[in-house]
Amino acid sequence: MKNTLTKLALAGLMASTMIGSAVAQEDTIKVGVLHSLSGTMAISETTLKDVMLMLIEEQNKNGGLLGKQLEAVVVDPASDWPLFAEKARELIEVNEVDAVFGAWTSVSRKSVLPVFEELNSLLFYPVQYEGEESQRNVFYTGAAPNQQAIPAVDYLMNEEGVERWVLAGTDYVYPRTTNKILEAYLKSKGVAEEDIMINYTPFGHSDWQTIVSDIKTFGSAGKKTAVVSTINGDANVPFYKELANAGIKAEDIPVVAFSVGEEELAGLDTGPLVGHLAAWNYFQSADTDANAEFIDAWHAFIGDEERVTNDPMEAHFIGFNMWVEAVEKAGTTDPDAVIDSIVGVSVPNLTGGYSAMMPNHHITKPVLIGEIQDDGQFETVWETSGLVIGDAWSDYLEGSKDLISDWRAPMSCGNFNTVTGKCGGSGS
Amino acid sequence: MSNLKSIFVLFCLVAGLVSPALAQSDTESLRSLVDALAKGKYAETEQQIGALVATGDPAVAPALQALGAGDLYFRKSDGQVFIAEKDGKRFTLTDPLTLEVEGDAGKREIKKIKVNNKLRRVIRSALGSLTLMAADPNVRVAAAEAIFKAQDPAGIDALETALAAETDDNVRLVMEQARAAAVLNSDLEEAQKLAAVETLSEMGNREALSLLIGVRSNSEGAVRDAANHAVEKIEKSIAAWNTAQNVWYGVSLGSVLLLAAIGLAITFGVMGVINMAHGEMVMIGAYTTFVVQEIIRTSAPGLFDYSLFIALPLAFLTAGLIGIAIERGVIRWLYGRPLETLLATWGISLILQQAVRSVFGPTNREVGNPDWMSGAFELGQMTITFNRMWIVVFALLVFAGLMLVLKKTPFGLYTRAVTQNRRMAASMGIRTPWIDALTFGLGSGIAGIAGVALSQIDNVSPNLGQGYIIDSFMVVVFGGVGNLWGTLVGAMTLGVVNKFLEPYAGAVLGKIFVLVFIILFIQKRPRGLFALKGRAVEA
Repeated sequence: MKNTLTKLALAGLMASTMIGSAVAQEDTIKVGVLHSLSGTMAISETTLKDVMLMLIEEQNKNGGLLGKQLEAVVVDPASDWPLFAEKARELIEVNEVDAVFGAWTSVSRKSVLPVFEELNSLLFYPVQYEGEESQRNVFYTGAAPNQQAIPAVDYLMNEEGVERWVLAGTDYVYPRTTNKILEAYLKSKGVAEEDIMINYTPFGHSDWQTIVSDIKTFGSAGKKTAVVSTINGDANVPFYKELANAGIKAEDIPVVAFSVGEEELAGLDTGPLVGHLAAWNYFQSADTDANAEFIDAWHAFIGDEERVTNDPMEAHFIGFNMWVEAVEKAGTTDPDAVIDSIVGVSVPNLTGGYSAMMPNHHITKPVLIGEIQDDGQFETVWETSGLVIGDAWSDYLEGSKDLISDWRAPMSCGNFNTVTGKCGGSGS
Repeated sequence: MSNLKSIFVLFCLVAGLVSPALAQSDTESLRSLVDALAKGKYAETEQQIGALVATGDPAVAPALQALGAGDLYFRKSDGQVFIAEKDGKRFTLTDPLTLEVEGDAGKREIKKIKVNNKLRRVIRSALGSLTLMAADPNVRVAAAEAIFKAQDPAGIDALETALAAETDDNVRLVMEQARAAAVLNSDLEEAQKLAAVETLSEMGNREALSLLIGVRSNSEGAVRDAANHAVEKIEKSIAAWNTAQNVWYGVSLGSVLLLAAIGLAITFGVMGVINMAHGEMVMIGAYTTFVVQEIIRTSAPGLFDYSLFIALPLAFLTAGLIGIAIERGVIRWLYGRPLETLLATWGISLILQQAVRSVFGPTNREVGNPDWMSGAFELGQMTITFNRMWIVVFALLVFAGLMLVLKKTPFGLYTRAVTQNRRMAASMGIRTPWIDALTFGLGSGIAGIAGVALSQIDNVSPNLGQGYIIDSFMVVVFGGVGNLWGTLVGAMTLGVVNKFLEPYAGAVLGKIFVLVFIILFIQKRPRGLFALKGRAVEA
């Protein structure tokens, strides 16, 4: 505990002294970290701040970048969406950082987009999201729907023989868009309207009795039923507790979640949840040397053997290494040069392969389906045979299926409409 | 540990069935089959399970059970399969056939045999037919239920043999239902199937409904009509039970609201302090539970089932003392200035949240459910979970206790005197500042014990309190400021209304409707449900 405290104090000190020392030390490269350290999202985002500090520290031990040391500039947008935009502006204009790693919720990403466009800086966004977006200044290192949701549904359909679907989510943009894509996808696979139940709940919902009993009822119609959960953040713990107590077993009605990772399970007794699923691109249980090294480094950095690693942490690991490599390739941290040089950069991921940055600013990833174990870890039960390319524009939605994104010259367009042959399609 | 115990129970009954001489010669051939489980992927494991079950030898049951529970490992050096139980840093290895302890191994020397949901289902139904004749009636019921879920026609013969030997009526019933389920999935003649539909129709619950809907769409003629009739009958009875279920959900939600709000009813309702840090007192109670459980886990694991009873007084004291400190340090300077109190307590709530975040970390903490708080029981067609039921009981006990303190003790008398007429109470020799501090401490302490209960159903994270503060104010204002009965009725009303709206309007709209309803209600009756009357109100 004392260790964490000193570390927190140190981080705070670092953040505050950095602003002062910025003028004095011209020969460092500054990296912005834009994650909420207080408020609702602190539960997930604090870890990502720590992992960035660790990556930067390691890079400095290995000689820094372009012969200079890296410097982290940490700010706290306090889970307040408009504050994200202000803090992003502060990082770029006042602290003059060369790249920013941050944001978690889609709404915070949407809030900072105009800032990065206006000031022409770089944002690495590490969380799985709903897609339907491709921006010149943003690199999406988390999963797009086709790298998480679609393969998960395929798995349930083919391996578990699921015919009836509950799409349950928190009421905001990520679950709503993902469920729209999934609904279109399921219908294209011949699932009838009455075999799909869609349900939304508010953020932090804690009374799940009605919904869990609805799921039970929906599941008793003589067909194999599964729940696809895009329930986010704090609401997951009471949801899983209610599931466990209501006796819904994974063998009968499996729940596959897109926002539940090792970190979320840390607050739960997973004994009754064994067998429920999650789809990610990384699990802490991945059996590779790179991963073992990463976990050891993380435990040494944070000073706590109990802390887990998760998918967005790996996304930051990949994104940071890609940025480092792109800067080395370009020989400068100038955003325009890095945007040109980063496409095609390929770095090792933690699951034993390489991830590459594609022209649409999404990356290639393996898709893993894991089952919850009683020790709070996931065990991979299925994975894609190769890497999946992140698709910015879903192929299953009207108005988005004709769009492609390619930020290389000469196209340089995030929403090129292949039907009309014009940039600016019908998306944003 | 309980796993191992049940395996031993299984073994004992198994040993009685297989004659010793036979067992000796069979063990070797079985061992090669069991060891084969360690090889190959899921598809091969499934075949191996099939081969094991095909032996029909109950001696393989412990191995299968351990496999399903994820306790079956193989030793990397020689590929031999063991049941491994974690014992400190090392694993104790038990032979899955003889059930004798064969020494121990480190984490890296053995590897778990992987199973997925599909395999677990296969194992469950396989165990069903192997353990139908077990000595323990609970094992027999579990076996029959497994066959029911699998609807495996291959289980019919085993069930009939078991039924012939069965003496326990409850077990018989479950077995007959399982047989009916299996018959409906077989090619037996129509008369048998009709009888099976009848059995399921009498069973009348969701599982039966689920099966019958499947039968309705897969069969023809008389069976189809009978199934249709049965489905309609069950649906009607379930619809009726649903109303009861909604009322129960409402009461359960209401009791959570009551727990969260009742402390506020004292600090806000009785003292008139707008305490935005009330939710954080709930959070502190929850974290106290976490600390208590953590200490019990490391030093006295046997006490785990009593952890909540130990946590209750500690949570009351911790939250109460913090409450008194807040009152003495901040609030007493701000009496009569509601806006400033609101801002100051809101600031305190942020400080407390961040303090907890710094000490315990930003991530959720695990608070376990003791055994008596886990699981559920069926009442007719309603499922009642134990944790919700105990929370309802607990909320009512807290309410009764608080009423008793306020009405029957000198402290309660002083409190009521001070809140009704501060100056007169002071003239009678009551030390009003101390009464203020203690009352505030009481309110905060009650919030603390609410935290103990809420830790059983919600996250234990620094944000825990935020989720309850708005709802708590809503309950107190709706119920009528200054009246505990109002809080009780208010909480229950809001809970039930919310739960009846939710199925129709969804969780999001339901909440909005409730809020609009309260706003309109307050327009009509500004003092809430139970308004205080008399001169005290004007003071």
